Amino acid sequence: MSETAALAASSARSLGLAACPACGRIEPLSREDAPCGRCGNPLHSRKPESVSRTWALLTAACVLFIPANLLPIMETGSLFGSQQDTIISGVIYLWTSGSWPLAALVFFASIVVPLAKLAILGFLLVSVHYRMRRWRGIRTRLYRFVEFVGRWSMLDIFVVTVLAALVRLQSLATIKAGPGALAFGAVVVLTMLASMAFDPRLIWDGPEERNG
Amino acid sequence: MNARSNLSICHDCDLLQREPAEPSGAVVKCVRCGAVLYRCNPGNRERTLALTLAAAVLFLIANAFPIVGIETQGQHNASTLLGAVLTLWRDHDGLVALLVLVTTVLAPATEIAMMIAVLAARRPSIRLLRWLPAIRPWAMIEVFVLGLLVSIQKLSHLAILIPGVALWSFIGLMLLLAAKSATFNARDVWQSVSLSEPRRT
Ligand SMILES: [Zn+2]
Ligand SMILES: [Zn+2]
Repeated sequence: MSETAALAASSARSLGLAACPACGRIEPLSREDAPCGRCGNPLHSRKPESVSRTWALLTAACVLFIPANLLPIMETGSLFGSQQDTIISGVIYLWTSGSWPLAALVFFASIVVPLAKLAILGFLLVSVHYRMRRWRGIRTRLYRFVEFVGRWSMLDIFVVTVLAALVRLQSLATIKAGPGALAFGAVVVLTMLASMAFDPRLIWDGPEERNG
Repeated sequence: MNARSNLSICHDCDLLQREPAEPSGAVVKCVRCGAVLYRCNPGNRERTLALTLAAAVLFLIANAFPIVGIETQGQHNASTLLGAVLTLWRDHDGLVALLVLVTTVLAPATEIAMMIAVLAARRPSIRLLRWLPAIRPWAMIEVFVLGLLVSIQKLSHLAILIPGVALWSFIGLMLLLAAKSATFNARDVWQSVSLSEPRRT
């Protein structure tokens, strides 16, 4: 691993420069939205309306998080009656049926990851609002964690899809996706969009930490 | 221009920094926040292209054949990925069906097609290169493979499962896509674009 040398600890914005988000080319930023000289992508020193867009997407995700966990994501119908599974009851079923490594995995992907995404993005927005100076490195790492891990909460949607397609045994059993699946899928998409809308460079804006 | 060519701006913290003249490893990281700025493995375009073409073939096989078959008390059922999406659609879960279709079929297919177009062309299209990073987050083959394994585990108590050709194809596809991402060096391709492109200003 190799590290670069910082130039007088200055942000590119304070020097009037911006890197193209698509191709990485460095250009003097004469005005916001000016096209990159190599690829034509519009240049910004910060993602436009980052904070308000992230708040909006995050709020919508938080609201849908409630039905996503309370409503059944899977409905099983069989000769012996019907059964409805929420995300949590699905994890408990895996746990009691003895496959605890898989239960832990699904627990992480479906419960820990969405909760962590909502909590971390909320914390980042609040910390940026109050121009918090501490833990800048840690907060940037938290952001990268959210970006990296976000996609894995689609796991439960895929499980329901496969089960619903396979368990179509007319007289024996039928599995269908429940209303919770739509809410849960919406939470995954909204939190992914929220983390894309957030600009981690906002964490580093403002005065330097004194004892840094 | 040349003075700026050995500088980097961190995409996570906006720090302007000088790139190391002789990087001591494969990955160059931001000195302040640790973000990966770029990789210096010399991108081998032929190898990346070969991996992507192989991924395209496996993608077609994975979508053409049933993933798993299920057998219990004389009843048999098997489904392809598109069949599974269609089942959701018929059950009036159109939006969920669309989400699965985009993340497992449309986005991966688009990404593979765009990669082939970029790697096979002598002068890669700038528009394709620009849109590649926007598509990538929505292609979720590896998550889908994990979902397949979880589903198989959930059903294995209740019925006899017969793994289909597509199951192995999806696992192979996941590995090929990971290998392709590891050997693809977008920075190299961008630099070749700016060398061959007449300056616009
Ligand atoms: Zn550009
Ligand atoms: Zn940085």
